[in-house]
Amino acid sequence: MTTLSIPLPKRPSHPTGILDWITTIDHKKIGILYGVTAFIMFLTGGIEALYMRVQLSSPEATLVSPEVFNQLFTMHATTMIFLGVMPMGAAFFNYIVPLQIGARDVAFPRLNAFSYWTFLFGALILKLSWFLGGAPNAGWFGYSPITGLEYNPGHGIDFWILSLQVLGIASLAAAFNFIVTILNMRAPGMSLMRLPLFTWMTLVTAFLLILAFPVITVALIELLFDRFYETNFFVTEAGANPLLWQHLFWIFGHPEVYILILPAMGIVSEILPTFSKKPLFGYPVIVLSGVIIGFMGWMVWSHHMFTVGLGPVANSVFAITTMAIAVPTGVKIFNWIGTMWGGSISLKTPMLFAIGFIALFIVGGLSGVMHASAASDAQQQDTYFVVAHIHYVLFGGAIFALFAGIYYWFPKIYGRFLDERLGQVNFWLMFIGMNVAFFPMHFLGLDGMPRRVYTYPENMGWDFWNLISTIGAFVLGLGVLIFMVNFIKSVRNGEVASADPWDGRTLEWSIPSPPPHYNFVTIPTVHDRDAWWVQKRERIPAVPVAGSSADDHEEHHDIHLPQPSYWPLVTALGLFIGAYGLLYTIDIGSITRVPVVAIIGGAITIVGIAAWALEPINEPDESTEHH
Amino acid sequence: MKEKTTNKMSFLNAPNRKRTCLVLLLAAIGALLAGCYPDNPQSTFDATGPVAQSQLTLFWIIFWAAVFVFVVVEGILVYTMIRYRRKPGDGDPHQTHGNTRLEIGWTILPALVLVVVAVPTVFTIFDNANSPDPEGALRVDVVGVQWWWEFTYPDPDDPTQSVVTANELHIPVDEVVNITLDSRDVLHSFWIPKIAGKVDLVPNHKNTMWIKGEETGHFYAQCAEFCGESHALMRFRVIVESREDFDAWLESERRDAIEPTDPLALEGKAIFEGPQAQCWSCHTIKGTRSQGKIGPDLTHVGRRTHIAAGVRENTQDNLREWISDPNAIKPGNIMSVQGQVYNDPTLKLSDAQISALVRYLQGLQ
Repeated sequence: MTTLSIPLPKRPSHPTGILDWITTIDHKKIGILYGVTAFIMFLTGGIEALYMRVQLSSPEATLVSPEVFNQLFTMHATTMIFLGVMPMGAAFFNYIVPLQIGARDVAFPRLNAFSYWTFLFGALILKLSWFLGGAPNAGWFGYSPITGLEYNPGHGIDFWILSLQVLGIASLAAAFNFIVTILNMRAPGMSLMRLPLFTWMTLVTAFLLILAFPVITVALIELLFDRFYETNFFVTEAGANPLLWQHLFWIFGHPEVYILILPAMGIVSEILPTFSKKPLFGYPVIVLSGVIIGFMGWMVWSHHMFTVGLGPVANSVFAITTMAIAVPTGVKIFNWIGTMWGGSISLKTPMLFAIGFIALFIVGGLSGVMHASAASDAQQQDTYFVVAHIHYVLFGGAIFALFAGIYYWFPKIYGRFLDERLGQVNFWLMFIGMNVAFFPMHFLGLDGMPRRVYTYPENMGWDFWNLISTIGAFVLGLGVLIFMVNFIKSVRNGEVASADPWDGRTLEWSIPSPPPHYNFVTIPTVHDRDAWWVQKRERIPAVPVAGSSADDHEEHHDIHLPQPSYWPLVTALGLFIGAYGLLYTIDIGSITRVPVVAIIGGAITIVGIAAWALEPINEPDESTEHH
Repeated sequence: MKEKTTNKMSFLNAPNRKRTCLVLLLAAIGALLAGCYPDNPQSTFDATGPVAQSQLTLFWIIFWAAVFVFVVVEGILVYTMIRYRRKPGDGDPHQTHGNTRLEIGWTILPALVLVVVAVPTVFTIFDNANSPDPEGALRVDVVGVQWWWEFTYPDPDDPTQSVVTANELHIPVDEVVNITLDSRDVLHSFWIPKIAGKVDLVPNHKNTMWIKGEETGHFYAQCAEFCGESHALMRFRVIVESREDFDAWLESERRDAIEPTDPLALEGKAIFEGPQAQCWSCHTIKGTRSQGKIGPDLTHVGRRTHIAAGVRENTQDNLREWISDPNAIKPGNIMSVQGQVYNDPTLKLSDAQISALVRYLQGLQ
């Protein structure tokens, strides 16, 4: 046998401090990285929103210029969707899914680290645009032709394209990883119909990701070629029809909405049973409706285009399919209430957020049906009524569920509770703030206020509700601030939580809090849905009960876990450099516009992938010691 | 099972509970209705044409269906939350896994509610898409430009008699008007909240719609599709008037511009057509050498109620301000970006020159 003698740096062993975090391939640490990064991004998106709310709090305000306002709403939406809600979902996929299926890590731990770093770099490309000549200014939907060079010669749109492309790579890598993990790494006995709901929704979301992202990737490549290499995909002067972009964008964009909401529904489907002490009501139906929502999400994209002139037949068809999607959504809501019905309900903070999710999502769902009615939507499209709708489903919906998830799993992750009293204050401030901020937007929309306007005149009758909405936004901000205080306080000094503080139902509660790096001493055997609950209540002896005090401090040298690696970070870094590099070209002799920096970035990525592939599973001298 | 309410819930005991709920419900409905101001210039609750009326009717059908669903579902949710609240000493509740009959029920029920919404939706979609008078009615060609509107009243028999105007759409009351929609640059959306819901202006994709105003008056309208820096300032007015008034208006719009007589206006005309300002290269004033096609037609600009696409009233002061520094009123507009008087300091217009221009333009009745 020949051995390759390329002098690669050794795989890091026993990394500590920052090196530990940048080389980690532990799904739990990656989950925390995702969560913290997503939260910081969520804050930046929130600050962008507050700027807009102050600007709109009175007519003819001059806090920001129209150009900056356009950048603000573009960045706010792009940030919240791609850098806030999606990666916060990914944080839970990472941390929770392997624990729920009784696995020691994801299927491809290094790919998982690569996903995180790629996401981080994608996020940086977008957010740094504020400091590199201006942020994108054409809306998160980037409708052609205003994204074309003719109307948008600055680099904002370029940053937006490159960032979304890089983020797409991160999402795709993560999605493949989670599909393989969920399908292949389930503990013995955990059939698909015994999967915890959150894991189920992660699976559906991952499939949506791998089907949806290629569509936006194609659209973005075409736009990138238009801007960088003078193609004419979306150049109207050359005869392009701008509706091409709209179709491509929304064929991605509508499933994207479900990519945001299905994990949220999964989280709520975990919390409601736990805090009602009852199994999920109609588990198969909830799973099925999640799958149907994921499937039907592909048949409704043109409801974003009811006013573009697709004709009455197309509008009618998409109105009906859109209304039909309300049926599985309604079924979920009824089944959630059915879960609570007859239960023993504890209104701890996670449960409050979960019930808040249902209450607010109903409002967003109902205004969604109003938009589904294409003829009526002609009055609502592109007004604040739609802004109200999306914030009820994405803030009242997705973000409330994510907060529920944070309060729910925090004790598992840190071994301490988030403070309950601050949690209640946090919930009520956010609940009231959210309604005060977003409900008046229904009125504004129906009273004729268009979206994406940086100002409005005095005599339109919009002053009062805009002011109220701004006040609500600040109450909401205060709620988020209370959460941050709670988080910082509780990470260090929170009340210590046991392995199973909520009397949980799924396997993550069967192991200590925080979980050891190998998760499970022995891979559990699953006998039923709600594996841990059944095990606890029926005292099934087959599974050794982990989390006893003896296990907590015991070293398990025999458990094989992959070692940390530098290469996921290096590979991602190459993409980062490569993406930025596309913006800078030089002429070499007769060859014009050579993107040298991009070539260097590409080379780094290739070296990263090669080194990754050649990296031994464990350094030989480390193979006897893992902890 | 759970007969007694806990102390925490005592404020919700039976007689009070009903009253509290009623008060809350009335307050909620009050707040809902308080939000709807038909008086507001762009309120969709004051439909004055059949298209907007059909859209409003549809809205109310769905609204009341939604209120019904909202009250029932949120009611059950809150009831469940209170009724099944954990009390000290409670054991595990019965572990129910589902109920097929119930679940089929709450699959079918929402589907039925949706049918109630879907049927009128489809009818309204087709009604609003197909003009009741596709051939005979008045036609107006609308073109959206960053950030103003061009309205052309074509004359099929004699194209030279077509009328081109900007930012103020005159239509005769109680008559169907067929509209074609096109864009010269990016996407826009044509929206007159009190007369008709919006239809987009898409380059290389002509759209049509029909409208009818059933009350005379001036109506606010605004671009509804994000179209760049000053999207918020792309407004217009719709003037619904009697057939006689409309005919008179159209007839006078057809005429060439009035030749100014007073010296200041004549000086203004000279500046307009001169090499320093070169207003003529972008604006048309019929009957003069100004035949530019980039900006709005100004042949009868003095008669319009507003300038800068519905942003300012057409007064002497506003017009002066607009000509002095258009970028201050409408950031990014082409005149301020490309007009040489705004970019070359040596060509900057003097106050006296601006006064002359204002006099000339205001005289274009």
